[in-house]
Amino acid sequence: MIFAFDIVILIFLVVAALIALNVKDLLSASMIFGIYGFLICLLWAEMGAVDVAFTEAAVGAGISAVLFITTVYNTRRRSSD
Amino acid sequence: MITKVLATLAVVITGALLLYGTADFPAFGDPHSPASAGVEGGAPSISQYYITESYGDTKVPNLVTSVLADYRGYDTMFETVVIFAAGMAIFAILRVFRDEDDLEPNPTHTQGDRFIDGDHSRIIVGTTVRLVVPVIQLFALYVVAHGHHSPGGGFQGGVILGASFIIIALATDLGNALSRFSEKSYFTLAAVGILIYAGFGVLCQVLGSDFLDYGVLQKIFLTDGPEMARSHSMLGVEVGVAFTVTGIMFAIYANLSSRGTLKSGL
Amino acid sequence: MAEFFQTTVHDHFNYWIYVILMMIGLWAVIAKKNFIKKLIGLSIFQTAIILFYVSIGVKVGASIPILHHDDHVEHAAVHETPHGSDDHKVDHKADDTHAAHDDHGHGHHADAHAVSADLIANPLPHVLMLTAIVVGVATLGVALALSQRIFKEFGTLEENELLEQLKGGNVDG
Repeated sequence: MIFAFDIVILIFLVVAALIALNVKDLLSASMIFGIYGFLICLLWAEMGAVDVAFTEAAVGAGISAVLFITTVYNTRRRSSD
Repeated sequence: MITKVLATLAVVITGALLLYGTADFPAFGDPHSPASAGVEGGAPSISQYYITESYGDTKVPNLVTSVLADYRGYDTMFETVVIFAAGMAIFAILRVFRDEDDLEPNPTHTQGDRFIDGDHSRIIVGTTVRLVVPVIQLFALYVVAHGHHSPGGGFQGGVILGASFIIIALATDLGNALSRFSEKSYFTLAAVGILIYAGFGVLCQVLGSDFLDYGVLQKIFLTDGPEMARSHSMLGVEVGVAFTVTGIMFAIYANLSSRGTLKSGL
Repeated sequence: MAEFFQTTVHDHFNYWIYVILMMIGLWAVIAKKNFIKKLIGLSIFQTAIILFYVSIGVKVGASIPILHHDDHVEHAAVHETPHGSDDHKVDHKADDTHAAHDDHGHGHHADAHAVSADLIANPLPHVLMLTAIVVGVATLGVALALSQRIFKEFGTLEENELLEQLKGGNVDG
């Protein structure tokens, strides 16, 4: 665990979360949510939770983003907020 | 607008209370925090038993795997059942069988948004994916089989194996992926996975021990002690978990991407 | 000042961020009108909880919860020597004999290579959260399926438009 690395990733996480929620284009929001997943996977690898990081890399960054994109594709891409 | 103000107010108050509460938490990374060492004057934390004794009990160096599949095997079995139930729920919510239902194209997309067969950009992506998918699947099997010694196991390997079929569907079309992994196959695979997991439990009961108490399986695996029997049984249940996760991950994608028709996907 | 930094910022920074992320997620679930945005908020909420659990399992200076294989072969060898027999000494690194001398009783064997609990990260939160992530994506799939179903019935995913349609009597789809 490296404190400086920890803080940098945590701040990036908050920024990524805020951008993902405030983008009006839902496809962009889904992609930024994928970036958020990769960042949190990096954070867990850094904290020593390698199994959790591996799962998050496969699930959070890969499958979740794809599932969001399929739903956005099948519904509406623009959002009012 | 009033909703946003009220939401902000509620969130700020809740957050302030939670932040106030964090001051009483043990310091981050403290090895003697209650979660890691147990409370003072009480019994030591169960995690200390796992760290010091689980290699002697099970001969599995990856502590997460041994706790997941052996000590907390009952928990993991029902987590797998939850995943299976989620797949069933999606089937019940979205799947449509009538031909005329839902086949009209989505009005928000123009024809240019959809890929057309024979599109040149698809040749490059399709060929690349055809080369990469066997490597991904081999890696997924490695992750499942080598979960005892490195990060990995049934959940991760199953997700990667399911993702390899999703990538086929993304790069070519859903029908191509479904011809390799049909609806019947993936639901059968998912059910067989849970059957394997529960079968190990029942087998232990048949041999006269408790549900999922793998040590007694040394009579079947012909190992010299209960430790290696537990190690082999863990591999068995991880394979069961991987089957279920593979099937359900692809089932979720296939139903969501085609709005339940399983005909024209993303 | 240095002491304040040590006890307040350094020791609890992870917990602060977990609270902030959780509140961002909660705010999105309450205030955002689009269902996809609500689900992204719910996922952020979920990762915040997982961040909290993983944070309480961290130990400063500890290794990952995977034991180094060589340590155990070495320990087993040390444990093996007093028993004396030569054929054991020759190939004690092979896995078969490694398993074979477990007959001495595993309690005794475990003592021979007891690992210090402070040097390995706490595996229990990792186990709980590993399954939570995979179950989380399966339930996210159910939520997205419900959203698609709602879009099919009502033609919108915005909460306010949906409520207007419901008030207008268009209940049966």
